[in-house]
Amino acid sequence: MSLGKTEVEYISRLTQIEVQEDAVEGVAQKLSNILELFAQMEAADTQDILPMAHPLDAVQRLRADVVTEIDQHEKLQAIAPAAAEAHYLVPQVIE
Amino acid sequence: MMHNLTIKQMSEKLRAGEFTSVQLTQHYLDRIDKFDAELNAYITVTPELAISMAEEADKRIAAGDAELLTGIPVAHKDIFCTDGVKTSCASKMLDNFIAPYDANVVTLLKKMGMPILGKTNMDEFAMGSSSESSYYGATKNPWDHKAVPGGSSGGAAAVIAAGLAPMATGTDTGGSIRQPASFCGITGIKPTYGAVSRFGIIAYASSFDQAGPMTRSAEDSAWMLNAMAGFDERDSTSLERETPDYTIELERSLKGLKIGVPAEYFGEGLDSEVSDVVKAAIAEIEALGAEVVEVHLPNKDLAVPSYYVLAPAEASANLSRFDGMRFGYRCEKPNDLEDLYKRSRSEGFGEEVKRRIMVGAYALSAGYYDAYYLKAQKLRRMVRDDFIKAFNECDVIMGPVAPTPAFNIGEKSDDQVSMYLSDLYTIPVNLAGLPALSVPAGFAQDRPVGLHIVGPYFSEAKLLNIGHQFQQVTDWHTKMPAQYQ
Repeated sequence: MSLGKTEVEYISRLTQIEVQEDAVEGVAQKLSNILELFAQMEAADTQDILPMAHPLDAVQRLRADVVTEIDQHEKLQAIAPAAAEAHYLVPQVIE
Repeated sequence: MMHNLTIKQMSEKLRAGEFTSVQLTQHYLDRIDKFDAELNAYITVTPELAISMAEEADKRIAAGDAELLTGIPVAHKDIFCTDGVKTSCASKMLDNFIAPYDANVVTLLKKMGMPILGKTNMDEFAMGSSSESSYYGATKNPWDHKAVPGGSSGGAAAVIAAGLAPMATGTDTGGSIRQPASFCGITGIKPTYGAVSRFGIIAYASSFDQAGPMTRSAEDSAWMLNAMAGFDERDSTSLERETPDYTIELERSLKGLKIGVPAEYFGEGLDSEVSDVVKAAIAEIEALGAEVVEVHLPNKDLAVPSYYVLAPAEASANLSRFDGMRFGYRCEKPNDLEDLYKRSRSEGFGEEVKRRIMVGAYALSAGYYDAYYLKAQKLRRMVRDDFIKAFNECDVIMGPVAPTPAFNIGEKSDDQVSMYLSDLYTIPVNLAGLPALSVPAGFAQDRPVGLHIVGPYFSEAKLLNIGHQFQQVTDWHTKMPAQYQ
């Protein structure tokens, strides 16, 4: 399966990754090469095979419903690109 | 020289007072200073932290409060969050990220009193098989500077091979401990999925990611795995079972061991010299009293496409957290919120990472989920069931780690699919979540070659036993490139 400009633009929107106009063709080609590898799966007969999500077929462990996090916003926000008064700063969203 | 000792010897000499942890740590820091500018195996070196931790370790040793690993320095792959230390995952996205907490593995090794030498280089976000995709430049293979060290834990493998650390942590999602171990002539084990906590390891593909030790010998790895493994409630897939003593079987005889050798592993595409090295190593183990039987893994060729659907799909979700908002890279002067997201991610991620996020998101998108993601999950079960059937016939499976010895820097960097296919022997093991070991077994084209030993779930102690017994009758694991001896 080969991808074109429309698909690349769609994936770019899904992933919030910008693809410059002059790079679209190259990106489409490289992604198409990978999809060709995926196509090898088609030949396998998977009827009656259950999908496997965990190697040991384990189920999600639940933890006790208790508070485990302590307030350390000052430490965690010290590494933020922009933060003030316990808030993360973003470009203005509402006019 | 101190860097030629085994971990056990180092530990004995530390306790006997022949040298201190500060001296041992300084010895490695001096070697890093001397050799790493060319190898580029460390992203960050932490001399002050290392020496202060060594001083603490010396106090514990003097007080008689030391464990076997107390005072022995370690290098962490730059994927393990390390409190107060830059943790970049080899990405521009995290070039400014000072981790605010420790990964569980880091906590455990700190508790042991192991001084941290620094953080090792790797493929960006662990996505690669050559360590060339690092934002900080490629790491060189100590055996031949023209060659890659493998990946993604290439820096970790290189620092062990060159004697720039006695022990290193690695992670293995599709072969990232075993393939660099093979390429650099060192020992590395990927434990059973869930044996070592993933807490604080920057996530790539969570249903595959598993941490393990990278060392000179199987015995060293057994000691280190003892320190790294164990249940951790902060990792939702951590195994709730008692942690065994991984050193307990080291000295056991291999008489009666049944080695399964899959015919499919020695077919087309395998370098003939690598094949000869691996066969000779299996014969060596057979001579120790083991028996070789033929087994079959008929679906092995489905593993690579299945993995390259599932791992990028998981990555596309895991890496959505990098949005320029709470930590990491933010673009300059964003016009609006969407511009901030898009440009931060586009400028912060490297090409291969972007490619995997895009392909993963596509595989999960409406209309393609069944054809790609669901199909790949079914193939995952088929690959896993092949192993389970094979282990009815044998105790362990042996074969090559990689189809070739280390390739040259730049040789495959423009051809992703060819790079992906080079993981054909390691990936099935990650799909199945099994433990597997790579031990040095010889050389092909003057570059190291590893023997791959795969076992049933929870058979790490057996794998390390086989590795150790093999290393009692061979000396591949003691060899070092001449310039680093």
